[in-house]
Amino acid sequence: MKVRVDVMLKTGVLDPQGEAVRHALGNLGFEGVEKVRQGKVIELDVAEGTSEEQIKDMCEKLLANTVIENYAIQVL
Amino acid sequence: MKAGVIVFPGSNCDRDLAVAFERAGAQVQMIWHKETELPTDLDIVGVPGGFSFGDYLRCGAIAAQSPITRSLIKHTERGGYAIGICNGFQVLTETGILPGALMRNANLKFICKPVGLKVETTECDFLSGYAQGQEITVPVAHHDGNYNVTDEKLAQLRDEGRIAFTYTDNPNGSTGDIAGVISKNRRVLGMMPHPERCVDALHGGTDGVAMFRSLVDTVVAA
Repeated sequence: MKVRVDVMLKTGVLDPQGEAVRHALGNLGFEGVEKVRQGKVIELDVAEGTSEEQIKDMCEKLLANTVIENYAIQVL
Repeated sequence: MKAGVIVFPGSNCDRDLAVAFERAGAQVQMIWHKETELPTDLDIVGVPGGFSFGDYLRCGAIAAQSPITRSLIKHTERGGYAIGICNGFQVLTETGILPGALMRNANLKFICKPVGLKVETTECDFLSGYAQGQEITVPVAHHDGNYNVTDEKLAQLRDEGRIAFTYTDNPNGSTGDIAGVISKNRRVLGMMPHPERCVDALHGGTDGVAMFRSLVDTVVAA
């Protein structure tokens, strides 16, 4: 079973890397890019029957730092 | 006075920290991260700087799940002393022993230079050798030292006098210019600057000496 976890900085937490990417896009001549947020995608291959609860636990304990990050779980 | 320094794969300030403890009069032992229990007679545990586990996932995140770290959490819950410096501070925030999180520096650069720090509280056994408001110079060397806490938590840290140091000229974008914080029981200190890198005149400064000495003196006197 494949699972995809998206980890993004919480709204309101300044994202210096996203900001740098936005600047670089502007320098390349792409206009109108108002905001860039950079995050992580983590793909897991887990045993069939792994519950969403268990995946949530993985996110809370390790994959995301919930002080600054949100996560979204997608079973593929 | 017995000190232990935890060594993770990728730690690189462990021996400097051991020297700083030894010079202050402590007996030091190095503890490999695969040990499952800390020696029970340790007065203080140091979590050193470096790049534990290659900074994979997030700085300090994998080290925070290491077997020895579970024993460190218990040590702090029992009221034991601990200090986390640089990557060690990142590990302590990842475990939840200290609040907040350390993010990429606001200017995205690795910053390696001496910085000015203001001592914000002396009500802590690590800090009692300084004067309130004293300015000291301590080197920083980090890419992810941008301390982040919510406004609510920042207000709480201020109310409880748990900000140890602030930068006199914020190098990395840290909330409230925070360079170091202490735990609720005031026995755990986490900081991004490296006090162990300024304990000898040959280091270019000795402003870190007071921190190790005051802690050792307190424990020996107790």
